[in-house]
Amino acid sequence: MGKGRSLFLTVMLWLGMAFLYVPMLLLIIYSFNYSKLVPVWGGWSVRWYKVLFESEEVWNAVALSLKIAVVNATFATLLGALAGLAMVRFGKFRGRTLFGGMLAAPLVMPEVITGLSLLLLFITLSKMIGWPAERGFTTITIAHITFSMAYVSVIVQSRLTGMGETLEEAALDLGAKPFRVLTDITLPRLTPAMVSGWLLAFTLSLDDLVISSFVTGPGANTLPILIYSRIRLGLRPDINALATIIIVTVAIGVAIAAFMLMRQERQRLAEEKMAAGP
Amino acid sequence: MAGVPNLADTPWLDPSSEPFIRLRGVTKKFGDFTAVNNVDLDIYKGELFCLLGGSGCGKSTLLRMLAGFEVPTSGRIMIDGVDMSDVPAYERPTNMMFQSYALFPHMTVEKNIAYGLKQEGVAKSEIADRVDEVLGLVELTDFTKRKPDQLSGGQRQRVALARALVKKPKLLLLDEPLGALDKRLREQTQFELMNIQDQVGITFVVVTHDQDEAMTLSTRIAVMDAGNFQQIGTPTEIYEFPESRFVADFIGNANMLDARVTEAGTDHVTVETALGTIRTEQGIQVQEGQKVYLALRPEKIHLAKAGDPVHEGNMQVTGHVEDIGYMGDMSVYKVLVNGETMIEVTAPNLTRPKQRSLAITWDEEVVLSWHSNSPVLLVR
Repeated sequence: MGKGRSLFLTVMLWLGMAFLYVPMLLLIIYSFNYSKLVPVWGGWSVRWYKVLFESEEVWNAVALSLKIAVVNATFATLLGALAGLAMVRFGKFRGRTLFGGMLAAPLVMPEVITGLSLLLLFITLSKMIGWPAERGFTTITIAHITFSMAYVSVIVQSRLTGMGETLEEAALDLGAKPFRVLTDITLPRLTPAMVSGWLLAFTLSLDDLVISSFVTGPGANTLPILIYSRIRLGLRPDINALATIIIVTVAIGVAIAAFMLMRQERQRLAEEKMAAGP
Repeated sequence: MAGVPNLADTPWLDPSSEPFIRLRGVTKKFGDFTAVNNVDLDIYKGELFCLLGGSGCGKSTLLRMLAGFEVPTSGRIMIDGVDMSDVPAYERPTNMMFQSYALFPHMTVEKNIAYGLKQEGVAKSEIADRVDEVLGLVELTDFTKRKPDQLSGGQRQRVALARALVKKPKLLLLDEPLGALDKRLREQTQFELMNIQDQVGITFVVVTHDQDEAMTLSTRIAVMDAGNFQQIGTPTEIYEFPESRFVADFIGNANMLDARVTEAGTDHVTVETALGTIRTEQGIQVQEGQKVYLALRPEKIHLAKAGDPVHEGNMQVTGHVEDIGYMGDMSVYKVLVNGETMIEVTAPNLTRPKQRSLAITWDEEVVLSWHSNSPVLLVR
């Protein structure tokens, strides 16, 4: 808190923070509540964490969610980076505008629509070619990749635009064939953007409820789906414990992504300074 | 470099010599904008050729077409007898030193320089030898393991030069090579660049907006404006015999006067200007009554106090000193002639300010004189 900042601003800042974080804080505190009734405080305990860890259903959901998140993040990063490269480095090509629009569509499309249209696609495919035979891990992962890669491509595009093409030109000039330029120059410099893109895709997938509920099938419950279905049956204290674990995990993920982005920004500034000369 | 000029030093005067680079009708358009407009150019082996012009004149586009980063909209580029139309940048016998140096930030100095050789598939031991050799040439032997961001601007510039030189290209392209250096370092580096070019014997094409740089470095200069060549010639030709008002104004300073031809002789031309009748010993094709321009360089005018002796046979006018700019080594005098024409004159400061009683000061009546071969007549 800097000196001379007015009292009003300080109060507003704290109110804003409280608005954002008090609910989560309450949830974390109540996850350590002994009482079986959620709104009644019965003293500190890790009882519900034990209940949680003994539930096979929860473990299955966690495993499924993590599996989807990792596969999704990996494919989304790969495809998103390629899409970003195509948009920024390939100049004008036929259908570029359409491609850019399609790439950005999942960012603005309501989740319900994305979910519904994907569900219809899977049902049609299943009728026509017999694949996917049943909905579950595969369909959810594919659905997640479609919207995650849009976010990755945005990050990659902005990094590529900021990098400029001079270094690639220098490598070409020194006799490197285009593919060598990609592996020697472009990809190493793109790594921070791709790592933060991967983390973002991972988090988005872990979070998603709406699209997953559309394209999931019997028996395939991701963590958000499980929590939501349990809450509909009434508040249970073990859900608080589960939510706390999720909050902590996501917070760590976001912190790492933010750190990567910050490093990338610093690198960009340093490069700009270098380009400007002494 | 210097010495008695002979035909080997001036291949462009020898009609039997074969140009190393040949541009024919090269045009580059970006949408509606024409960056380079139907230019022809011959550059000879071993030249240090400068493309000089303001920003947006097309000089960088021309360089990028030589490197292969831009494809000409029309026209042909030949390097060493080979048509470059279908040769991609990575297969051309050229290397470029970029304005921003474009060093790979994630590689050490050594790796940066070795990169081009590695692409060629040169043996490891030979790469090491050649990197050492070129590092010695640019005097950077102690910096091999550093990353580019641990180097000063001047050092980075040398790494960029070394990286381009190590592949021994037939043609080295330099985009504003000294632009990012401060003045002292720039002057020093100019001469180093000339020495290196002398040692390696590679043809250099340099893009610059800095006329001093072009004048010191080049064997020949092409002055560019709006995608066209205004004039191509040696530094002396460009400075002493500009062919247009643009060139006379762009290179150095010139007093530019409207003039009308009153007498068009075979060995001299007389014109009527705001300074009166001026005789020039320039053999130029003009007709009586034609409107032309007269350019007179400020340093070619001799300044004397009214009443002091003036060289016989020189043209002279009297004027009134309006303003003096002290530059240290010399001063710029603004002299009003006939109460209406401002003429700029530069003169070396031969005396110290304390002895200024000898020197010319403000509001003094002065005599301007010049030799009749000093003015240049320009028809465009």
